[in-house]
Amino acid sequence: MLKGWVAWIAGEAIVMFARLLTAVRGVWSGTGPTRRQRVYFANHTSNGDFVLVWAVLPPALRYRTRPVAAADYWLTSPLRAFAGRDVFRAVLIDRNPEVREDDPVSQMITALDEGSSLILFPEGKRNMGDDPALPFKSGLYHVARNRPEIDLVPAWIENMNHVIPKGEIMPVPLLCSVRFGDAIHLRQGEDKATFLERARTALVALSEEGGA
Amino acid sequence: MSTTPEFGILALAALGLLLVASLIGELLQSRLSPEGEHPEVEAYMSRIHSWWGMALLLGLAGLFGRTGLIVLFALISFAALREFLSLTAKRRADHWALVTAFFVILPVQYVLVWMDWYGMYSIFVPVYAFLFLPIVSVLRGDTDRFLMRVAETQWGLMICVFAGSHIPALLALPIEGFEGRNLLLVIFLVLVVQLADVMSYVAGKVFGRRPLAAGLSPSRTREGFFVATLAGGVIGAGLSWMTPFGLAGSAALGLVVAALGLMGGLVLSAIKRDKGVRDWGHLMAGHGGFIDRLDGVVFAAPVFFHLVRYGWT
Repeated sequence: MLKGWVAWIAGEAIVMFARLLTAVRGVWSGTGPTRRQRVYFANHTSNGDFVLVWAVLPPALRYRTRPVAAADYWLTSPLRAFAGRDVFRAVLIDRNPEVREDDPVSQMITALDEGSSLILFPEGKRNMGDDPALPFKSGLYHVARNRPEIDLVPAWIENMNHVIPKGEIMPVPLLCSVRFGDAIHLRQGEDKATFLERARTALVALSEEGGA
Repeated sequence: MSTTPEFGILALAALGLLLVASLIGELLQSRLSPEGEHPEVEAYMSRIHSWWGMALLLGLAGLFGRTGLIVLFALISFAALREFLSLTAKRRADHWALVTAFFVILPVQYVLVWMDWYGMYSIFVPVYAFLFLPIVSVLRGDTDRFLMRVAETQWGLMICVFAGSHIPALLALPIEGFEGRNLLLVIFLVLVVQLADVMSYVAGKVFGRRPLAAGLSPSRTREGFFVATLAGGVIGAGLSWMTPFGLAGSAALGLVVAALGLMGGLVLSAIKRDKGVRDWGHLMAGHGGFIDRLDGVVFAAPVFFHLVRYGWT
């Protein structure tokens, strides 16, 4: 009970801090923010990424939307574990297939079946290069195949890579925006590579709509 | 600081003017643009709204005296710098230079203004920040677009921090016989620049023919610029009762400040064009950012400050 309150307050404080720092703005250029269950898939350049997606969602949706994050990062210290498990209620997946006990796809499907929406970073790791997005991992495809009715909404996060680049602690205040596009679904007979490339193209297209 | 009759007159006049302007705007909007389809009416309304905001903020901060106004302008500088540096060239190697710009250079500049240390705040950004920030960046060894990165960061600091801080710096100018009324200098600057901006727009519509900068903005014309600059002189003369400049001095300063403000707006919109954006930020929906609202005032501030300092102190 107490832990729940502390987590809620910490969550609100983090969202408020992100807003003060980045004046983050959600741009719904495809679908609107509705109560439909969704998987938001976004570009990944900074550990602050999902906080921004979280911050621009209306509060009613925010608490039903869980980021999918790496257990090897979020379980390394008690503070991170509290943030990951209790504040953001992340679906923590193990990125190492050799030793993992849970299958990431079934973890995501379980979360969806419980009624949550998800924030997914299909690049799998933070993009440090000059390409707008790395090739997508297959998780998004498996979710789309197993739960074809769920909307997959691309979300392009602008500028966060400059706010807290990898390895930095001190943030630079810069304007950020999250641009949401049209929902996509797996097409009849579409194979994995085609689908993943189409999803990646839909995401990158949002970055070119331009104008921070 | 608001003990003199000029402030009372001004506050009432401003309130009256804004009310009349808002009323006209509401009327125009309900007649011509009920769905927001008339761009000129909408542009007019957004200006009125931002003037309300400026007047209220200035009044509110003025209640807290010079310190209140310095804090207000420091926060505006922060918001403006954030808009500017969101668009400039930068790489990961600049991270600490940017952190330093926001969290060291900006606050130090405003503390220097608050201390009224003229010799230092006049050179802190153009000398110390100018030489120090490229050192912070170069130590990371990334030379890709290096000159562009350091130059654009410095440009942002010069406009948003250095030039902007000269507005509250006006409050500490020791003008004989004008003690306690320096806020009127800020109001003079803001009024002349904003009204000249409107005049250039209106005059450009009415008899604008040749563009001021072909290819940049069709709504800014040479005719509009000259009429608005002259109007700045007239407005300045009209405001001479609240200044220490005398009639001729007020008119001359009005001319200079109006011309600089208009050109500042032009320069900053060229930067927007270069960076491929329509607005600097999204302060409120449809109103652009802080820089969109204050570009002319900020651009004119350092020269206005120095002219007043050399002429009247």
